[in-house]
Amino acid sequence: MGIPIEQILIQTVNGVVTGMILALVASGLTLIFGIMDVVNFAHGELFMLGAYVGVIILAATGDFWIALVAATLVIALLGATIYLTTLRPLLGRDPLYTILATFGISLVLQNYALWQFGPVARKIEEPFTGQFTLFYLAYPWYRVVIALLSAAIIGALWLFLKFGTWGIWIRATMQDRVMAQAMGIPVPWVLTAVFAIGAGMAAASGVLFGPLVGVNHAMGVDWVLKAFIVVVVGGMGNLAGSIAAAIFISLLEAYASLWVSPAQAVIVSFIVLILTLLFRPTGLFAPTPK
Amino acid sequence: MTRRRTTVYWTGFFVVLGLLIIAPLVLPEFWRRFLTEILIWGLLAMSSDILIGYTGMVSFGHSAFFGLGIYGAAAALLSVSPPSLLLALLCGLVAAAAAAAFVAYFSTRLRDIYFAITTLIFSQIFYVIIFTWTEVTGGENGLTFSRPPLAIPGIFSIRFTPDTLHWFVLGVVGLSYLLLRRITQSPFGMVLQSIRENEARTRAIGYPIERYKIVAVMLSGLFAGLAGVLYAVQNQFAAPDFVFFLVSGEVVIFNVIGGIGTLVGPIVGAAFFLLLREGLSRFFTEYYLIFVGLIFIAMVIFVPQGLLGFARRWLNE
Repeated sequence: MGIPIEQILIQTVNGVVTGMILALVASGLTLIFGIMDVVNFAHGELFMLGAYVGVIILAATGDFWIALVAATLVIALLGATIYLTTLRPLLGRDPLYTILATFGISLVLQNYALWQFGPVARKIEEPFTGQFTLFYLAYPWYRVVIALLSAAIIGALWLFLKFGTWGIWIRATMQDRVMAQAMGIPVPWVLTAVFAIGAGMAAASGVLFGPLVGVNHAMGVDWVLKAFIVVVVGGMGNLAGSIAAAIFISLLEAYASLWVSPAQAVIVSFIVLILTLLFRPTGLFAPTPK
Repeated sequence: MTRRRTTVYWTGFFVVLGLLIIAPLVLPEFWRRFLTEILIWGLLAMSSDILIGYTGMVSFGHSAFFGLGIYGAAAALLSVSPPSLLLALLCGLVAAAAAAAFVAYFSTRLRDIYFAITTLIFSQIFYVIIFTWTEVTGGENGLTFSRPPLAIPGIFSIRFTPDTLHWFVLGVVGLSYLLLRRITQSPFGMVLQSIRENEARTRAIGYPIERYKIVAVMLSGLFAGLAGVLYAVQNQFAAPDFVFFLVSGEVVIFNVIGGIGTLVGPIVGAAFFLLLREGLSRFFTEYYLIFVGLIFIAMVIFVPQGLLGFARRWLNE
């Protein structure tokens, strides 16, 4: 079956664009896991709520960029609250309890959204509607901007972790929590900050992704599952690995949807996961530190 | 174990069993059906307890085994005429066991949260296959089929009435409980518990823990499949929603609410959850999950041993 080269290139662009958003979601997840062994089941719900807050603020202000920043901040605050109220009491217990607690949180948030916003999908207007011609297809500029913006946010996170005071504290806490505490680093606040940052990143990706599909209460589920796959394939707690895995898997899914329906293309990422678990159980791209 | 405590335990067991036997004769139709439903979900939760409570592996993939049990039974009931209960049981169990073998082979390579996540993702594989393979599974609409008679070929055959269906389910769940209890007290069950307590040491003693874990997952999947078959017989339809990972999440909730590592705890948890849902959904329609979620979070934080956690040692003696 011959697939024209143009289509393959279009799918490449598509794959990279979704991959960048997925990387944004997954890097928050993997950061939270890496520093406090918390598997955040509610990450998809933070993504979804971010998109909803974006919808509300967009309706109030009419400016997409204000909505993006405000949604990020609001959800980061929500993340910090969730951390302080439900996860901090669980610190030091078996990490499995954090899965259970965050699963409960995701139930609450998802049904809250259903209750508050109803089952009908909302739409976020694209901030600009320009298009360029990619072979025979009019390709929206906005998608390219999403990819660039996601890359910029991840780059900023990397710079922050590398050079910022808090970033250095975060890395120190990740390496050795007790020692970091002994050195005078305010570890409880570092952990809260990490959860807030992860939540904010999820919210930002929710707002960015909102214009491509409708915003509804169940949209987070798909993303959190994909992000889990990415995080396991990339090696848990491994930021660079997650980003590489996100793009890799999104590309594969984009190519697979040339042949099968997008719903079935998901199976490709499952197969990647199985193969990874078989041959590189600590992650595909780099050895995990544990 | 003292003799007196054994007497108390078995007295308690038979009193509860007796109450459950009488229940359908006394309860109105709605609550009878509700009780049967609790027993089925309880069996599913109990099967998961083998992993969560006794082996220390939290499975988020039990919806796959449960769903495959339903779909396996559905396949048998739809393709053979007249529908045969025995064949439905066989097909459901084989389907669930096959799924469990597949999941176990891969996911037991990983531990703790990695195990939880991989079982979750594996159950989603089955969900996607069932959801998209419309010609065979009916896709989103699912399958409906008729209820088989309660029959042993060549001996007898009677149609299920609501009462006999309840007793049948009760019988299967009761026997499963006794069997699972026996298994957890067997040398095999002891090895599982020692894996929970200290995996490295168990390995060092010389037990092939990978093999034990695979068998544990398969055993658990088999009983989850049995619950699926019962559910199919009770409700006469199969839908992809039962394979979706939210069902697995509910199963874990049943376990944590009721108390892990007790076998009866998960049934109590299922009853508590379903009653809570029934009560709350009268006031809050579909948003009851907000409150269920909040109660669940509170229990994870404040009562991690669950409702029956205080009786854990006693129930396992």
